[in-house]
Amino acid sequence: MTTQPVKFYQTGTFTVGNRLLDESQRSVQANMERTNSLNSGHRACQGCGEALGARYAIDAAMRAAGNQLVAANATGCLEVFSTPYPETSWQVPWIHSLFGNAAAVASGIAAANRVKGRKGVQVIAQGGDGGTTDIGFGCLSGMFERNDDVLYICYDNEAYMNTGVQRSSATPPAARTATTPAVGKRPGNVAGTGKNLPLIAMAHGIPYVATASVANLHDLEAKVTRAMGISGARYIHIHVPCPLGWGSAPADTIKVARMAVESGLFPLIEAEHGEVVDRAKIRHRVPVDEYLKLQRRFAHLFRPERDTERLAMIQAVADRNIARFGLM
Amino acid sequence: MRKPFAITLDVGSSLANRTGTWRTERPVYLDRLPPCNHACPAGENIQGWLYHAESGDYRRAWEELVQNNPMPAVMGRVCYHPCESACNRGQLDQPVSIHAVERFLGDEAIRRGWAFPQPASESGKRVLIVGAGPSGLSAAYHLRRLGHAVTIHEAGPMTGGMMRFGIPKYRLPRDVLHAEVQRIVDMGVTIKLNAKVDNILDTMRAGGFDAAFLAVGAHLAKRAYIPAGSASRILDAVSVLRGMETAERPQLGRRVVVYGGGNTALDVARTAKRLGAEEAIIVYRRTREKMPAHDFEVQEALEEGILFKWLTTIKQAGETTFTVEKMELDETGFPQPTGELETIEADSLVLALGQDVDLSLLDRVPGLVIEDGVVKVDANMMTGHAGLFAGGDMVPSERTVTVAVGHGKKAARNIDAWLRGARYAPAPKHELASFELLNPWYYTDAPKSVQPMLDILRRQSTFEEVTGGLDEGNALFEARRCLSCGNCFECDNCYGVCPDNAVIKLGPGQRFEFNYEYCKGCGICVSECPCGAIRMEPETI
Repeated sequence: MTTQPVKFYQTGTFTVGNRLLDESQRSVQANMERTNSLNSGHRACQGCGEALGARYAIDAAMRAAGNQLVAANATGCLEVFSTPYPETSWQVPWIHSLFGNAAAVASGIAAANRVKGRKGVQVIAQGGDGGTTDIGFGCLSGMFERNDDVLYICYDNEAYMNTGVQRSSATPPAARTATTPAVGKRPGNVAGTGKNLPLIAMAHGIPYVATASVANLHDLEAKVTRAMGISGARYIHIHVPCPLGWGSAPADTIKVARMAVESGLFPLIEAEHGEVVDRAKIRHRVPVDEYLKLQRRFAHLFRPERDTERLAMIQAVADRNIARFGLM
Repeated sequence: MRKPFAITLDVGSSLANRTGTWRTERPVYLDRLPPCNHACPAGENIQGWLYHAESGDYRRAWEELVQNNPMPAVMGRVCYHPCESACNRGQLDQPVSIHAVERFLGDEAIRRGWAFPQPASESGKRVLIVGAGPSGLSAAYHLRRLGHAVTIHEAGPMTGGMMRFGIPKYRLPRDVLHAEVQRIVDMGVTIKLNAKVDNILDTMRAGGFDAAFLAVGAHLAKRAYIPAGSASRILDAVSVLRGMETAERPQLGRRVVVYGGGNTALDVARTAKRLGAEEAIIVYRRTREKMPAHDFEVQEALEEGILFKWLTTIKQAGETTFTVEKMELDETGFPQPTGELETIEADSLVLALGQDVDLSLLDRVPGLVIEDGVVKVDANMMTGHAGLFAGGDMVPSERTVTVAVGHGKKAARNIDAWLRGARYAPAPKHELASFELLNPWYYTDAPKSVQPMLDILRRQSTFEEVTGGLDEGNALFEARRCLSCGNCFECDNCYGVCPDNAVIKLGPGQRFEFNYEYCKGCGICVSECPCGAIRMEPETI
């Protein structure tokens, strides 16, 4: 009889926890003592991917920093739903100033720490894609270029959701938003161009850049933990589905995020000093249709008839990602 | 307190904002019925015992298993595992090899000498069981656990019934059978061998029994009329297999013809081969597809060199020659004679055409109904005569060891209720955990472990067990392939994926609770539960 030396734990690390694994191999989120940095009672919509992503990231950061953490927040959904005056959902020291200056505020906190000689308190800046890729882009680029000791986390829900789903520079090709209606010859958002912030961050040569998804918790926590252990400017871009803006079912938030990863449209990568050093392999590859069909913002690609040209273009984006980052 | 400019309110936590009021549907934890449990004729809680095996707690797994079935080492070998046909994992890669893990647990229990618990208290009631086969032994075990005094009357010289006289050693080694029977005896069950019951009511009266369970099995071979010469050697399958267990080993000769298409026909042919027959030929009137025998057994027989003559009947038997006739299937799939005759050489013919029940002990029992040679029982396993229950091969059902064990359990629970003047009401069944209710993305891909097979030469010449068991590492691997359909296995997914922290983790073994103060009813927990143990229910307003 040959024995199988395979280590096999039923669901391995695909699930949040796993009673068969050692505690140290389970996620921060599986722990009964997790900080719940973003507490209950926040006013995010049902099934909000951003609320989930923020708790995942900040809980992991809190553990990595031994709870010595300050967070600066850009204006956006995350800020609005978590802190309607006078309530706050944050169980971390947290500051909000303006839409476009989260990176600058965080740089200032880091500078103050340095000047005051206060060691061991880490600084995080966070915002949505609007506050990061559009309005706060200048401050962010400066923070990168100066290599300020800040971890910037962008929760990318691919449009200005808080104000009524207007497009941002992170809105994907052909997506319908309030400002890119599904009418005319080229319905939805502009295709063929765009702004890929993780790649732009890499171009600054900063110590650490990563992308993550709420569909892959262990990967997300590992990246946040990794980033917390590095000093200098760091950037993590987290894909967070928005049921309201994307027109997906609230229950499908993680499924939508998973399809984005499994189709190749949202590659999970890690880069150091401008070079890609690791990628998460796709587990069960799916065509982009599986991702797009779950969202009403792409309904015009399937009704009244299949928009084969645009679907082929989106599939080509996925195929290029897979080839470029070696995702298979 | 003095507040800064333009600030009028004290800072507070968002916990003041009870977002639970947004909800129109609420998630609810539930246990659903795993398809394996649903399919098990013995009513085993398979998912339940695999759960303990997954963490390597084999003792608890075994204890959970024997709640329903006292003979896992036997069952893991001889059951045709309908659980595996139903297993949801079959739609993912291959079904969990449940029988192999069951066998491992059974063997582990024998190796380590695990015993059954003694009943907490004695009921003072006496129950007679007729027949020490799977059904009778199962009933004895369950009645004993419930505190009743049990005596088994067995007509034969040994225990086990068809497990001994119908299933050859190479499928069920006798030391395994003995160990599992002995463990039941050790609970305080009395077994009287060579004690054929001639009249059930007389025996009950004489022994002062309050109730009786009849499980005499089906041991009378069915005959077919075949014109034969005086020197023809014609035997029946039951006596051949029975002879293997007693001193008189059957003399079958060098060439043996077996007539029939069931599992017993295969058992006899494979036994003949092991006894030294150069040729063992199975003659069956229909095709391989129509054979009632299980396909894997046909496959094993073919591997061992058993010959098959499909679409053939036996017309006449001589001393060393048998005349057979070719058949063909008509439109309805029924075989029709073609008139085309052929002769085959053989030293003996064994008829394996099924068995009947010896019902002589039931003569003159008032109220009893016998139909098609079997005893009619109601939904509570009771015959038409109050206090007289029956099960196994002697009642209308599929004739397998597992069904018999299930009958024994069901009868025991009904007898227990009847003795207390009540009626047994089984707990209502949970809804089925079908494949669509699962989120299989979370399970690691893993093909099933393969059990080792004895090499072919030894299979043709010895009665050693054909199929080997899994070792500890493989059994653990196999148990962990279980998807835990419909039953929480504490993967923490719901606890992790809730954007509102509205799931409360209660700690290891305690599962979870929803905090409906804050749950907005988004349903992510339902979508992301791998095993389908959460359901959305509309809120009542």
